[in-house]
Amino acid sequence: MSVELDGLDRRIVNGLQGGFPLSERPYAEAAEAFGIAEDELIARIDRLVETGALSRFAPLFNAERLGGAVCLCGMAVPAARFDAVAEQVNAHSEVAHNYAREHALSMWFVLASERPERIEEVAAAIEAETGLTVYRLPKLDEYYIGLKVEV
Amino acid sequence: MLDDLDRRIIAATQTGLPLTPRPYHALAETLGVPAQEVMDRLRGMQARGVVRRIGAVPNHYALGWSANGMSVWDVADARVADLGPQVGALDFVSHCYRRPRHLPLWPYNLFAMVHGRGRDEVEDKVARIAALLGPASRAHEVLYSTRILKKTGLRIAA
Repeated sequence: MSVELDGLDRRIVNGLQGGFPLSERPYAEAAEAFGIAEDELIARIDRLVETGALSRFAPLFNAERLGGAVCLCGMAVPAARFDAVAEQVNAHSEVAHNYAREHALSMWFVLASERPERIEEVAAAIEAETGLTVYRLPKLDEYYIGLKVEV
Repeated sequence: MLDDLDRRIIAATQTGLPLTPRPYHALAETLGVPAQEVMDRLRGMQARGVVRRIGAVPNHYALGWSANGMSVWDVADARVADLGPQVGALDFVSHCYRRPRHLPLWPYNLFAMVHGRGRDEVEDKVARIAALLGPASRAHEVLYSTRILKKTGLRIAA
């Protein structure tokens, strides 16, 4: 499962989480900081994405600032129905991600939509489809969202 | 607040920036607008917070950070606005939010996401959060993820 990275890969993954130039030759500019050529940086990023070390190399958008809404939801799903319920939940395009966690509340998913009213509609639809309570846990305050990981 | 061109730029970049020497020029060609306009729009969206940042989005699991612990804390309401930012400022906390309780089932109002190469590493970090919160935290739990069931992110239509 784990991808092997060399020292340069690690510096690239760490160094490119903070930002990327908005200029004519951004890869060339960024490559300078790593002491490598533009084409090598492009090839490295390409390989990091191909191997799955990076989910993507892209702008990261903030759904709320797009006028949309996001809501974390937790659900207590009986083990015997877990996979079937996961399928019902994941079928909704508003489900941005979904994790199984070790807890009585065993399924945790995030609803995200450009249309805020969809959050409640989809949560209600999931309750109707599964017969389970969807605990809505929208964020009330955000204290930090760094999204950085050192490798 | 987003016009048609903003939306088309988002739709064209959300799965990846072109891996070519002049990525914004490549986008501009696809979208039929000047490259400067593409860069200006992205700069503007960044200034407004629509774009958090441009760059590498790491996959924790593929990078060997297999333990993903959602630590949840029951922090006194009077203290959470003061303590939440201190937890969020810890360098190993990747997300930190205040959320509603659902009593009696769910007494926790502060969420801090902690990653580690193993559960030991997560537990060490959780202990540091516990030390910081002290008696203001009445209870806590760590919910480890056992499987990713879906991970697509928000998708914007053009």
